[in-house]
Amino acid sequence: MSHIKFKLNPEQLTELKEVCKSFNNDKGELINVLHKAQGIFGYLPAEVQEVVAKELKISVAQVYGVVTFYSFFSMMPKGQHPISICMGTACYVRGGEKVLDEFKRILNIQVGETTPDGKYSMSCLRCVGACGLAPVVMVGDKVYGRVAPDGVRDILKNYE
Amino acid sequence: MHLLVCGGTGCRASESSAILDNLKSVLEENNLENEVQVVKTGCFGFCEKGPIVKVLPDNTFYTQVKPEDAKEIVNEHIIKGRKVNRLLYLNPESKEHVSDSKHMGFYKKQIRIALRNCGFINPENIDEYISRDGYEALAKCITEMTPAQVIDVIKRSGLRGRGGAGFPTGLKWEIASKSVADQKYVVCNADEGDPGAFMDRSVLEGDPHSVIEAMAICGYSIGASKGLVYIRAEYPLAIERLKIAIGQAREYGLLGEKILGTDFAFDLELRYGAGAFVCGEETALIHSMEGLRGEPTVKPPFPAERGYLGKPSNVNNVETFANIPVIINKGPEWFSSIGTEKSKGTKVFALAGKINNVGLIEVPMGTTLREIIFEIGGGIKDGKKFKAVQTGGPSGGCLTEKHLDTPIDYDNLIASGSMMGSGGMIVMDEDDCMVSIAKYYLDFTVEESCGKCTPCRVGNKRLYETLDKICHGNGTMEDLDKLRNLSNVIRDTSLCGLGQTSPNPVLSTLDNFYHEYLAHVKDHKCPAGQCKALMQYTINPEACVGCTACARVCPVNAISGERKKPHFIDTTVCIKCGACFEKCKFDAIYIN
Amino acid sequence: MRNQIMELVKITIDGKTVEVEKGATIYDAAKLIGIDIPTLCYMNMGDMNIKHNPGGCRICVVEVEGRRNLAPSCVTPVMNGMVVNTHSVRVLNARRTVLELMLSDHPFDCLVCAKSGNCDLQSLAQRLGIREIPFQGEQSTYRKDTSPSIIRDMDKCIMCRRCETMCNQVQTVGALSAVNRGFQAVVAPAFEMNLDHSPCTYCGQCISVCPTGALTEVDHTRQVINALADPKKTVIVQTAPAVRVALGEEFGMEPGTIVTGKMAAALRKLGFNYVFDTDFAADLTIMEEGTELLGRLNKFLAGDKKVKLPILTSCCPAWVKFFEHNFPDMLDIPSTARSPQQMFGAIAKNYFAEKINVKREDLVVVSIMPCVAKKYECSREEFSTNGNPDVDYSLSTRELAQFIKQANIDFNSLDDEDFDRPLGESTGAAVIFGTTGGVIEAAVRTAYEIHTGKKLDKVDFQQIRGLENVRSASVDVDGFELKIGIAHGLGNARKLLEDIRDGKSEFHAIEIMACPGGCIGGGGQPYHHGDTSILKARFKAIYREDAGKTIRKSHENPYIIQLYKEFLGKPCSELSHHLLHTKYFDRQDDVFVD
Repeated sequence: MSHIKFKLNPEQLTELKEVCKSFNNDKGELINVLHKAQGIFGYLPAEVQEVVAKELKISVAQVYGVVTFYSFFSMMPKGQHPISICMGTACYVRGGEKVLDEFKRILNIQVGETTPDGKYSMSCLRCVGACGLAPVVMVGDKVYGRVAPDGVRDILKNYE
Repeated sequence: MHLLVCGGTGCRASESSAILDNLKSVLEENNLENEVQVVKTGCFGFCEKGPIVKVLPDNTFYTQVKPEDAKEIVNEHIIKGRKVNRLLYLNPESKEHVSDSKHMGFYKKQIRIALRNCGFINPENIDEYISRDGYEALAKCITEMTPAQVIDVIKRSGLRGRGGAGFPTGLKWEIASKSVADQKYVVCNADEGDPGAFMDRSVLEGDPHSVIEAMAICGYSIGASKGLVYIRAEYPLAIERLKIAIGQAREYGLLGEKILGTDFAFDLELRYGAGAFVCGEETALIHSMEGLRGEPTVKPPFPAERGYLGKPSNVNNVETFANIPVIINKGPEWFSSIGTEKSKGTKVFALAGKINNVGLIEVPMGTTLREIIFEIGGGIKDGKKFKAVQTGGPSGGCLTEKHLDTPIDYDNLIASGSMMGSGGMIVMDEDDCMVSIAKYYLDFTVEESCGKCTPCRVGNKRLYETLDKICHGNGTMEDLDKLRNLSNVIRDTSLCGLGQTSPNPVLSTLDNFYHEYLAHVKDHKCPAGQCKALMQYTINPEACVGCTACARVCPVNAISGERKKPHFIDTTVCIKCGACFEKCKFDAIYIN
Repeated sequence: MRNQIMELVKITIDGKTVEVEKGATIYDAAKLIGIDIPTLCYMNMGDMNIKHNPGGCRICVVEVEGRRNLAPSCVTPVMNGMVVNTHSVRVLNARRTVLELMLSDHPFDCLVCAKSGNCDLQSLAQRLGIREIPFQGEQSTYRKDTSPSIIRDMDKCIMCRRCETMCNQVQTVGALSAVNRGFQAVVAPAFEMNLDHSPCTYCGQCISVCPTGALTEVDHTRQVINALADPKKTVIVQTAPAVRVALGEEFGMEPGTIVTGKMAAALRKLGFNYVFDTDFAADLTIMEEGTELLGRLNKFLAGDKKVKLPILTSCCPAWVKFFEHNFPDMLDIPSTARSPQQMFGAIAKNYFAEKINVKREDLVVVSIMPCVAKKYECSREEFSTNGNPDVDYSLSTRELAQFIKQANIDFNSLDDEDFDRPLGESTGAAVIFGTTGGVIEAAVRTAYEIHTGKKLDKVDFQQIRGLENVRSASVDVDGFELKIGIAHGLGNARKLLEDIRDGKSEFHAIEIMACPGGCIGGGGQPYHHGDTSILKARFKAIYREDAGKTIRKSHENPYIIQLYKEFLGKPCSELSHHLLHTKYFDRQDDVFVD
């Protein structure tokens, strides 16, 4: 993970410390703090975790242990347009995997990766609860329903 | 007059917010904004036909509404009093328009207790909840009943936990109430993680107050003044509505100190899950709320003795809580009159997969799978043949034709080799490969295993790898024996419910679809034609006209042939991408 | 709780009925009647307050009548009337399958594994008669992490997570945590960086409890062999006090057997030119540290408010690194005295080398330590001159045993031999450095006599001795009540340190040892496999060795007196400061930078 160069500027550092403080620097609130921090930075680079550890008086290893346990937390910056493909069962049986393969093929990245230009990142999620529209793809907050593999290019066209 | 617009996640994905906005502006243009109220509700359940707009008081149920339809609904229905026929539900058999939802097959067999308010009220308005008997049960409990009496009512109702295992709710409350501590907690498990289940979210989005009210009742019964809702961070709408509801409840003095003028104090906090299925297990959930890795710990001690921060905690899931106020209001006898001998009340299922009517349904315990799939669900999509139904998500199993007439309740499902789980119900047709389905669930389990205990961490991985091997046509008969033994050991030795149930998809498919496994192993064939590695693309020389389109699209140059003469696929080179199959305009390429 | 009567429950295990205390586990109950249920993750060192029972390995599962699934015996409490079977077909099949699963994700390199012969996983595979692994599939592969002291080879990790408990709950170091989940889960430092980018103190307690070869010490035996074979080099060796009471275990002797004489003989056979004793340097440490203590005390008694008290011992390198990471605001509190290992090195290279007319570069100093942090300590920059370290190589007790075996020496039949002079002479005060409480007792023996000018009539300070995690004692120093605190285990140390930071500490002097039990329980000692009776036997042996010494006070060591006379001048002299004292560094931000 050390290849990610990230340096908090003084304002960001203050903001992050404020977040910890808003949770009384309580180590029991670690997950809430990480949610907020990811909300600010888009992801959780090492330095952010170090600051959180220091403020909450826990070891960095423990923070990292928590970050890597939960799939919601990421140490990789997301793309400008994060793509999430639903792999819930309803979407799976209605061809979600084929849609996923098509995204992989077109963008030439794997799940969890970001395109080199930083434009798209791809992840899987388990059930957005729009099973009536299966298979479902989300780009940012926008939900696309009943996506077929040959509709993938059309979706991406919206972001070109 | 009211216009109810579904504001559930599914319908919102189909632009129901724009419908809402358009309806409002068209009404304003016609100066009708005071006569007709537009209400954003929770999920109606009939997601297949969403977005839904319902007109009250005449109960007209418009389906698949588009934002541009707003004008017509207002002009025709509201102003001229003529229903917009093209937006009405079409009965697939009689081909007639059905205007009232209670005449639709989808709704006919349903009894809505947990979902009673979903689609009827604006979840962001506490007055609408109150107008439908909301907070009456809480008032009754804290002013007229002792905690023991409340627990007794819940016990007599026969309510069992809706989160999966079906532990009697009243008994759980009783144990927590007997634990002695300076602080106790009521915890609502809203970390719905079953892939293909979304009932908890729908309740929180459509009727958050029912959960708040129930948690307060639970707090009163067990002696807890604090409640925590552990909710998936991926549910932004549910979180938002819950926050609004908590704020309103506080404003109305229904949360906080001296609730309804009594000495009872209770308040709620939200805790966010961060994407770990195992956190649905109550000890893991508690660790997660404490800011730790969501790893389960061995029970005993149970959370009712030692839970959140070491204090007695009662954990119930959303749907369980949603039943509570009704039980208090209508009485345990009423509730226990619904359902089967050992499973009382109703159960919400998320019906999905290869079925005509995808959606959220609530049926009395004891309803058969046949009724659910063929009457409520409207049968299999595209006229295909029913093959299996998977219940209970990754913890459950695949049931077949022979189980269709079994009345479903906790015990019958377990006896059939599946589980109630949280209520996911995925229907599969002849095109689904059951080995692949088992593999799909194991893939899920492998990804979601916390890694603490050996059988779940390594065992499920090995199960997955063996299934993958079989899907690639490399399985042996010995592998089938290994699958079974390993599944049994994982079930027998895993630490928590996740591992103890993770082999169910394997065991149930081995039991019910052994012939499909055999076909993969012995004949190297996938009967459903789903396993890529076992497919073979072939060109029918009689149908091929030699247009060369397939050869041009093939990424690995596996297709050769002269122009205007039949082409040929070299199967040793073919990577089975299917590009040629899709390109061929003459249906000359077929799959073996 | 008045007169609470212990509630007993009756349970039947493998046909035998036993009455046990309510709340006991099936595992404990079985042990009482001689049934040894195997386990790989469970660890209960009750005497040391170390308990680890995640119920994760699932090896200890047993069948309980009426229960749906198998029960993990290490965490399942007994209930009245319980009927348990620990080796039914169902249990044996499950236990075997679980072990096979573990082995299916474990490298098959037992022949070349440092832990071979001492590996709990290996012995269990033997015990269950595993002859083949029915499962093939992906195996975990991790980068091997080599730090100055510890090698992490996580391919061999079975996720028992004992190391995590030692590092976090017991030591509160926080270098390790479980990371990732599922099949990818492993115990690692933050960001899966190497240990040398973490706050690891190299105490080695993780190694002590690791059931496999996932955590081992860096082996320096090869370098020592090469040095011994080099005709240009003069190679001398020093042995720490705790080694002599544990080394015998590696040769089948009873725990607590004292093998000082055999050890010296073996080292001589291995070819060391001079066989010396770290105990000599321990006596020297007392002279320096004791003088420093007295100096601070005298200032304090004279009314100096700024003087830093309590003084903290500084012999333990893991402890030093711990406070450098965690208490950088208190770096002026510990004694500046170097550890005995480093004092020995400094004296050897600056005094002894000259004495025998060998150039510094040609003198190789080897230490035999119960410790792995000592490897790190001798690599610290401030302990070298022009790139030449004062101590060249540090071997653990285990490495020495291995080395002796490799050299075909029949250790058990060796005749006792003595250490060489001058750096081999020591007192009883030095020997007790090897256990918790020893350093401070040794310091008191000397400080008392120097301060009061009187002779102690009794040198045994029983009130200081023991294995409780945190102890306090007071010693009457001629009317002045000297208050002493003692902690072993870094988690316990942290409590005392936090008290000091909060201004709540009443002590004048505190002794801290990083390892539970002190050096006898060091990370480089023969594996105790969680058996605290072994530690207790070593503990007693240390005091036996002390009692058997003619001289038992450091300042009476004639060679120490000579050293000051001919070389150092007096304790805490300028030369002493230069050679025998050190400074500490703020390391709080010394991690994770890349």
